[in-house]
Amino acid sequence: MIAHSQNKPKTFFVKILRQDGPGKPSYWQRFELDYESELNVISVLQRIAAKAKTSSGEKTTPVCWDCGCLEEVCGACTMVINGKVRQSCSALVDKLLEDSNEIELRPMTKFPIVRDLFVDRSRMFNSLKKIKGWVPADGYYDLGPGLRQSRANQEMAYPLSECMTCGCCVEACPQYSKIELLPHSGESDEQFEERKLDAYSHGFVGPAAISQVVLFNLHPTGKMMAGERLDALTEEGGIQVCGNAQNCVAVCPKKIPLTMSIGRVGRETTFNTLRKWFDRPANKH
Amino acid sequence: MAEKRVLVIGGGLAGLAATMKLAELGIKVDLMSLTPVKRSHSVCAQGGINSVNDATRQLGDDEYKHFDDTVYGGDFLNHQPPVYEMAMWAPKVIDLMDRLGVPFNRTTEGFIDRRRFGGTLYKRTAFAGATTGQQLLYALDEQVRRWEVEGMVKKYEMWDFLGPVLNDEGTCVGAVAQDLYSMEIRSFKADAVVVATGGCGLIYGRSTMSMTCNGSAASRCVQAGAKYGNGECIQVHPTAIPGADKLRLMSESARGEGGRVWVPKTPHDSRGPKDIPESERYYFLEERYPEYGNLVPRDIATREIFDVCVNGGLSVEQDRQCVYLDLTHIEASELNRKLGGILDIYRKFQGVDPCYTPMRIFPAVHYSMGGLWSNYEKKASGGLVAGSPTNQVTNIPNLYAIGEVDYHYHGANRLGANSLLSCIFSGLFVAPGLETLLGSMAPGTSAADQPASLYEAAVKKHQVRHDSLLKQKGDENPYLIHQELGNLMTNVATVVRKNSQLTEGIGKLADLNERVWKCSLSDTGNWSNQNVLFTKALQDMFPIAEAILKGALQRDECRGAHYKPEFELPGLTAENPAEHRRQAEQWCDKFEANVDKFLKSTIATYDGKDVSISYEEVDTSIEPPRPRLYGLVGAEQISDVWKERKRKKQEAAAAQGDPAATAN
Repeated sequence: MIAHSQNKPKTFFVKILRQDGPGKPSYWQRFELDYESELNVISVLQRIAAKAKTSSGEKTTPVCWDCGCLEEVCGACTMVINGKVRQSCSALVDKLLEDSNEIELRPMTKFPIVRDLFVDRSRMFNSLKKIKGWVPADGYYDLGPGLRQSRANQEMAYPLSECMTCGCCVEACPQYSKIELLPHSGESDEQFEERKLDAYSHGFVGPAAISQVVLFNLHPTGKMMAGERLDALTEEGGIQVCGNAQNCVAVCPKKIPLTMSIGRVGRETTFNTLRKWFDRPANKH
Repeated sequence: MAEKRVLVIGGGLAGLAATMKLAELGIKVDLMSLTPVKRSHSVCAQGGINSVNDATRQLGDDEYKHFDDTVYGGDFLNHQPPVYEMAMWAPKVIDLMDRLGVPFNRTTEGFIDRRRFGGTLYKRTAFAGATTGQQLLYALDEQVRRWEVEGMVKKYEMWDFLGPVLNDEGTCVGAVAQDLYSMEIRSFKADAVVVATGGCGLIYGRSTMSMTCNGSAASRCVQAGAKYGNGECIQVHPTAIPGADKLRLMSESARGEGGRVWVPKTPHDSRGPKDIPESERYYFLEERYPEYGNLVPRDIATREIFDVCVNGGLSVEQDRQCVYLDLTHIEASELNRKLGGILDIYRKFQGVDPCYTPMRIFPAVHYSMGGLWSNYEKKASGGLVAGSPTNQVTNIPNLYAIGEVDYHYHGANRLGANSLLSCIFSGLFVAPGLETLLGSMAPGTSAADQPASLYEAAVKKHQVRHDSLLKQKGDENPYLIHQELGNLMTNVATVVRKNSQLTEGIGKLADLNERVWKCSLSDTGNWSNQNVLFTKALQDMFPIAEAILKGALQRDECRGAHYKPEFELPGLTAENPAEHRRQAEQWCDKFEANVDKFLKSTIATYDGKDVSISYEEVDTSIEPPRPRLYGLVGAEQISDVWKERKRKKQEAAAAQGDPAATAN
């Protein structure tokens, strides 16, 4: 079964960077837990919620965090664990305790904090709108099968399609910087939402969204909109922001070839721009 | 006239399919979910999605056989018209998903590749690696995002559905929900509400389901008067990785691709699995079920694994029940191409590579066959009337249920790779019915015409519950009560069920139910308070848990996933042919008596305090029920006797001039 660490402590510590809400100050809290074999960070947080006491015995609120499937498919439970961004469900305590008997948990730094380890990643979903991340199907009536595809094409598309919008790549990206707005007094929810989306649309779309462009441009029907997607990536916040640090590919839990996607889109956006340049309709001359 | 809107609760396959189809029909949708819809639990479905296809047709397969496998697999507890309609639609659903960009695995010629799944002899299952659910969900999520950009869909992600709003006539005219961030409670006007909130695995504490699958939405509808059908039919998946926080699914596709289940013949053999020679291994599914082998239906595989571990004492480990699921005889590159997603899960969570070391697995609670009762309008020719607003509606007018939270399609046991199909199908199929409903509403009956006071009162009721929970004093901890509930349900109501344990369990459940209202919260704040949301969901688990236990207690038979040893119909024992035949006749008599008594859907209703159980007849008008005989000793003889009886019945009916009876 799991490769257990050699030294199994009786108890271990978890240090968590907490924040009670947007715009509130952050603070550290330390918890002490009994060691059990085969724990992961999710079960650690579940035990902390049940206990709701710090290591010095003070009562506290349960730590707020986001999770869903606990199988590393839904993408919800990303956080920074011992300095590395990853999914907390697949972060095994035995491995984390190999070097120290304290585990450090922080929220991702590139997204607005909702509370504690919970962040708001709506900007990433918004990027998928910007790049038109869908197949432009004619509709949902029965129009027969899709176009035939080679196994090679499927095998290139499939890994890209495993992107779960977890945010690891953008957390590790030096060019992706945090955009956090607070509501103005007297501003309605809708107005605030609109202002937020506007700000997001100027920021860098990030590696995940760039890779989705490759995915949809590979699809026989999806590629009918390839130019529009490439156009979106030459606007503000597009591919040109990428500094080729290659951090994204190193942290992707699904091993998606993000830098390959970025390289490919870089080339294609150039061709796309040149093509548009030379193909300008006559009436614009 | 105000514009009509539909509110869809839940953004998994069913909710998304309904949303995109409604948008296509020009109906505006509010889509609400506890989580960003792209993270809905459908992402976890692994193995594939079924349909008859060009290749299987040439082997004699057709839509009727897919229908028949589904109702036979479900032990005939399915109303047949919806299942029939679903099987007819299945090839169209796969075609649609293909067109929407799902990267289904391909054959060398570029067609969609297929694999075999349990309970069928044909390769019907289309798959995208071992993350088919994820790929299907993403394709639908993308289409819905497209409609969102077009302004047809408004998403309310991170909102908790608190209950439907009913007007004085008892018609659903909207819902009340709570923002998970700000804790604001508000009402949503809707001309129809579609509940697509999935299963209720969290009632069992640990299951293969996501943390959002707590059954609270279904319970809140039940508490508003909705009926709950076949609650006790909970599928326990044969193969999962046991874990402290949850049980992780190891898809049936691992067996579909040739995985073999075995245990060492020596109990707790301390040798490594690869060091145990073939002759000292017990491939119990292959030996006991030569025809289906490792691909027997799930309930059978589950029960056999329990039997080998619990009764046979042959668990691989001494202190924990498990058996081997072995893929090591298959080329690693082939495994990674077809099963990569699930093998990664095993590698990541167990630190061992299943390409080279057999996996250790054990059954886990996996799927709720039961759910909100819903209706349908049937066609004389077998299926459903397309565009009928009766399809998928609950007993509360204008409140609909689709996907796993709906009780249709699976009967007493779900056929592998049918759930994705049922979710997408019911989502697509409900939309034209809603179009008809919205188009035919009498003036003055739309949500926009309802008095504001109706919605205000509903919000106030939920606000009072929320506020009083925050202030509540007590010495109970909701997380510990949840653990106790999960242990109780797992102990008494999984695979093997005993009436003494169920009776005791119902008592214990009542005690826990009292205690859950004395919980004190460690967080009394009003910003992203997960503590209060969890406690509310936990309280709402009780009516569903009660429906499961009471339904299980009253069902004195073995049917599908539901197994009571005291009421088993054992195989034939006689060696002498005449006696063998006589026993088969007797077996069929008993079976017929059981059909008369228990071939009925369990219907649970809640009166504000207790759950009571009644039954409704199952519509078996298309394929008459027959015994489900996998692996039973004497199965052939029983089957012969059964067919003879059926023929005689038809002849008798024909003699009386009933032409319909000869049609079968």
